[in-house]
Amino acid sequence: MTEVPVTDVPVIDVNVYLSQWPFRRLPLDDTPRLVAKLRERGVTQAWAGSFEALLHEDLGSVNTRLAEECRTHGGERLLPMGSVNPVLPDWEEQLRRCHEDLGMQGIRLHPNFHGYGLQSPACIELLEQATARGMLVQIAVQLEDPRTQHPLMQVPAVDVSPLTSLLAENPQLQELRLILLNSQRSVRLPLLGELAQKGKVFVDIATQEGVGGVEKLIQSVPVERILFGSFSPFFYFEAAELKLRESPLGGALRRAIASDNAAPLVARIHSTPPPN
Amino acid sequence: MIWDLHCHLSGVAGQTPGERIARLLDYADRMGVERLCFFMGMQWSTDPTPDDFRRENDEVLEAISGHPNRCYGFVYLNPKHEQESLDELERCIANGPMVGVKLWTAERCSEQSLDALVRRAGELKALIYQHTWLKVGGNLAGESTPTDIAILAARHPEVSLVCGHTGGDWERGIRAVRNSPNVSVGIGGSDPTAGMVEMAVRELGAERVIYGSDIGGRSFASQLGKVYGAEIRPTDRTQILGGNLKRLLTPIFRDKGYAL
Ligand SMILES: [Zn+2]
Repeated sequence: MTEVPVTDVPVIDVNVYLSQWPFRRLPLDDTPRLVAKLRERGVTQAWAGSFEALLHEDLGSVNTRLAEECRTHGGERLLPMGSVNPVLPDWEEQLRRCHEDLGMQGIRLHPNFHGYGLQSPACIELLEQATARGMLVQIAVQLEDPRTQHPLMQVPAVDVSPLTSLLAENPQLQELRLILLNSQRSVRLPLLGELAQKGKVFVDIATQEGVGGVEKLIQSVPVERILFGSFSPFFYFEAAELKLRESPLGGALRRAIASDNAAPLVARIHSTPPPN
Repeated sequence: MIWDLHCHLSGVAGQTPGERIARLLDYADRMGVERLCFFMGMQWSTDPTPDDFRRENDEVLEAISGHPNRCYGFVYLNPKHEQESLDELERCIANGPMVGVKLWTAERCSEQSLDALVRRAGELKALIYQHTWLKVGGNLAGESTPTDIAILAARHPEVSLVCGHTGGDWERGIRAVRNSPNVSVGIGGSDPTAGMVEMAVRELGAERVIYGSDIGGRSFASQLGKVYGAEIRPTDRTQILGGNLKRLLTPIFRDKGYAL
């Protein structure tokens, strides 16, 4: 085989980024080209955060650009995941704008780049408000291999261990739908399994490694909590796609991970009526 | 045609090398990987004693014995034990079925202590896979960098060497070996970061870029994804997935009478 056959099921990719990674240009860091790739690979919907959100402080304009970029180039294929930093002033307004002005269904958090822990009062308040609004919350646990980070910019993985007690003890977070992206390098699979028991916690497969990796993940995390995420364009899209083939999953499980588990997490989009 | 340069007997259940390799081959079948090179045993030592590396090599010999024309062995050595390593090279390659050498983190490969081993491996037409990394937090004491392998390569211009992991930090690793024509990069065993394969092809030429997975710690999927996802020519892809490894192993396969 010199090309990868398109996966035989529709795919919802919950882990893509728009704009530019701060430390290198990526082959597909141009939205139209990324969208073309996703379309070619059978992705019906992709949930997109913004690389700008890592280091920019004016997240209001980052989120506006992200929503605009999704609308312009993605049609109904790209769902923007806004960025909120609860350490910065007026973050409640940023959350409100994501939800009410930009129509976003979720937010993507980068606590390690933004310098707060999940147990901090500001973070808990943000999680509570997002839950009250019915918004999804994604936490990007780690982006780059810590061994290859820029010497002046070594960013540790997000410590997700505070979530165990937070989800178990905070009644306001009972309805929180939380997706941990890129979690497997730093979070052991049994802890991911425990988190999935404590709350409505989901994980993606972008950083699931090991031969037959998805099979291994299923042994710890209930299959209905596993979502397809490619972390493209930082990772090659095909890396995640091929994981669905490497593990002998069967049609039903493959479909569940590829899209069925993710689909109910977002409402259908009615931004623009289809042309007649 | 996919040939995998970089496989280990890990990541699957199995009490014996034979049980493990059988399980790994199920995954290889599913991913279309035709031939696989294995090195190091069921339990690894970063600085193996002669007894350690002999045991690990015995396990690889046992694993591959049931799969001729599909699975091949690279002999694991430690330059700190020069004579024992030379003896092991004779046992496993000159007088055994193995076709390559694996060097890991016991000693930096720029050291003179490698010279006799590399020379003898060259005489036997064995391919040498040297682990390399460039860790921002610092390497292990004996862990080689791509610059170390460039130094070694200059002393042995006639021997084919593989810069393992492309140095991990591939943007530096590719540059460090660019001027060493007898060094290829092994792209396995790192995150499937987009742009890696494109840069390697641009700077080194596709003929010096070799697919390998580093299973079972890594997946076939993430590492094959690097090659399938790269924006390169189809002919480059064919070379990287198997053509280059086949070319480098052809002389020793001929000597041993292995099917090509
Ligand atoms: Zn390895």
